[in-house]
Amino acid sequence: MNALLKVENLRIELSTRAGVVPVIDNLSFELNAGETLSFVGESGCGKSMTALGIMGLLPEKIGRIASGTILLDGEDITKAGKKRLREIRGNDISMIFQEPMTSLNPVFTIGEQIAEVLRQHQNLGKKEAWASSVELLDAVRIPDARRRASSYPHQLSGGQRQRVMIAIALACKPRILIADEPTTALDVTIQAQIFDLLEELRAQFGTAIIMITHDMGVVAEIAERMIVMYAGRMVEQGEVDLVLTRPRHPYTKGLIECVPHLKATVTEERAELTEVAGIVPSLAEFGQNACLFASRCNLADQHCLQTRPVEHHFDSQQISACWHAENV
Amino acid sequence: MDTRTQNEILLDVANLTVRFPANRGVFPGKKRWLNAVDNITFTIKRGETLALVGESGSGKTTTALAVARLVKAHTGSVILDGKNFLALKDEQLRVARAKLQFIFQDPYSSLNPRLNAEAIVREPLESLIADDKTNHDQVIDQLFEAVGLRPEQKKLFPHQFSGGQRQRIGIARALATQPELVICDEPVSALDVAVQAQIVNLLRRLQHQRNLTYLFISHDLGVVQHMCDRIAVMYMGKIVEFADRMSLFNNPQHPYTAALLSAVPSVDRERRSKFKRILIPGDPPDAINPPMGCRFSSRCPVATIACSESEPPLKARRDGHLVACHLVSDSGESPVSITG
Repeated sequence: MNALLKVENLRIELSTRAGVVPVIDNLSFELNAGETLSFVGESGCGKSMTALGIMGLLPEKIGRIASGTILLDGEDITKAGKKRLREIRGNDISMIFQEPMTSLNPVFTIGEQIAEVLRQHQNLGKKEAWASSVELLDAVRIPDARRRASSYPHQLSGGQRQRVMIAIALACKPRILIADEPTTALDVTIQAQIFDLLEELRAQFGTAIIMITHDMGVVAEIAERMIVMYAGRMVEQGEVDLVLTRPRHPYTKGLIECVPHLKATVTEERAELTEVAGIVPSLAEFGQNACLFASRCNLADQHCLQTRPVEHHFDSQQISACWHAENV
Repeated sequence: MDTRTQNEILLDVANLTVRFPANRGVFPGKKRWLNAVDNITFTIKRGETLALVGESGSGKTTTALAVARLVKAHTGSVILDGKNFLALKDEQLRVARAKLQFIFQDPYSSLNPRLNAEAIVREPLESLIADDKTNHDQVIDQLFEAVGLRPEQKKLFPHQFSGGQRQRIGIARALATQPELVICDEPVSALDVAVQAQIVNLLRRLQHQRNLTYLFISHDLGVVQHMCDRIAVMYMGKIVEFADRMSLFNNPQHPYTAALLSAVPSVDRERRSKFKRILIPGDPPDAINPPMGCRFSSRCPVATIACSESEPPLKARRDGHLVACHLVSDSGESPVSITG
């Protein structure tokens, strides 16, 4: 089967004061139709840059795709012009962001904002677009959608705003939805509602989802496959269940163990949490021919400091970019 | 170890209410109030960690601010180490403030950018501790070591530190006056997960070394489970459930607690298969016009008519587990089951 989205050897560079930095360094992955794929990692590891790269929304003049291809159904969208990209965004790929407060326009009603997408991308008339936006609000479970369509963003709660964002993103029934930390700003009970909604919409429309998060619990709950990123590089990739039970990269292992997860039964015992010493490297250190995690890793040796690890493929389809992958 | 007994109550909060004026619009009219914290009562034992959990807007932070006198309580009393903290004045208040210190959520905005790390830690020493200043240097050196900062970092300014290191400075500042009660308001939620572990471990280590008592506020139930001995669950300004750690996490009785716990995504496959998700619809209602009767009744999956008629009192059930719900039986059986 051909993948819906195929990213090959993607390299995204940002011009910073420290020079040109590869914030995404040789990233390859595939996304199949209807699948949920999760990107995990600490802040500054390149999760959001990957999303912006795919959307063609890298910061102008500062960021660019230096090499590699992004194939959407066989079409290389890194070569697409502005007009074509605008068609792809919304129709084929759309995105929801972390901050539902700041991603909506405060001076338009939510109905107008959804209708705008439909008028732009599907050439609907004013009346039809409005009717569709009411239907969409209903589909994302906004109570009393007909009346609510005339509300302004500030009249909604955080959870409702994120629902509106989802309605806008799904207006043109895209094949891929990129969700960048969509629930980080929300309470857990609201988060659970949003995940259920995404899951239903995926079942209904067959939308593939790229979920960007830092929470391993979220990954376990909704994704089938996951990619762990560190300093702009993929360090591990595989099926969620396999990676969580048997991580093959020391960073993945650290990320799982450093969080006090809720277990099935809470017991008296509370061991110290595993610490991953140190912090994420600064942008200036990106792109070196070395393992960038070595300074925080207890398996690291001289070799790790001198040569960038090659990807180690396991029988389980897990991939780990670590010289000591067998010993993790 | 102290000469006082371990079980002594360090903090006793009774009938605490905090309200804010909530007049909407420009016309003066009847004054309306929003009760951010509504008549809550709890105690913290010396050396233990009490967690306040709940969703945003439930009154966790306001409770902590009122306890520390950083917002004014409308009614109620806060007895800290035998003295009514809310009634203290001048010199007595200054002495008492040294016993109660605060660690804030945001390590970026809670440190003065114009002071270096040493001066930040020195500030509470100079304003709250009356003794001679000659041993302040020694105290500061010890604090830097205790929180894992190097001596040469004393001269650096906040912007030169990472988020985790800044939170370490915040912790050193809070410990400078040798407090007995430390209020930690979401101390790790602004940090990356790998750094969170470092700070959580540090807080627990310091608690053992210095016999500290924590009032710990968090929305992250995983962290709460790891840090805290007893937990108070808040919903719209009220405590709805109060229990020790094992009892609360393994046997939640209030439907809201059950829903909250069931909504936490977990990496533990056993937990995911054992617990079913209890979905509570909608958002918390308007805090200015809370629902009649039980405040959770408008979202509760098992609410009856009685629930919207009278407000359930916080009542002891089995094992000293306090619950405010009409539907929990006297033997502590919850009306909703999270396993199944």
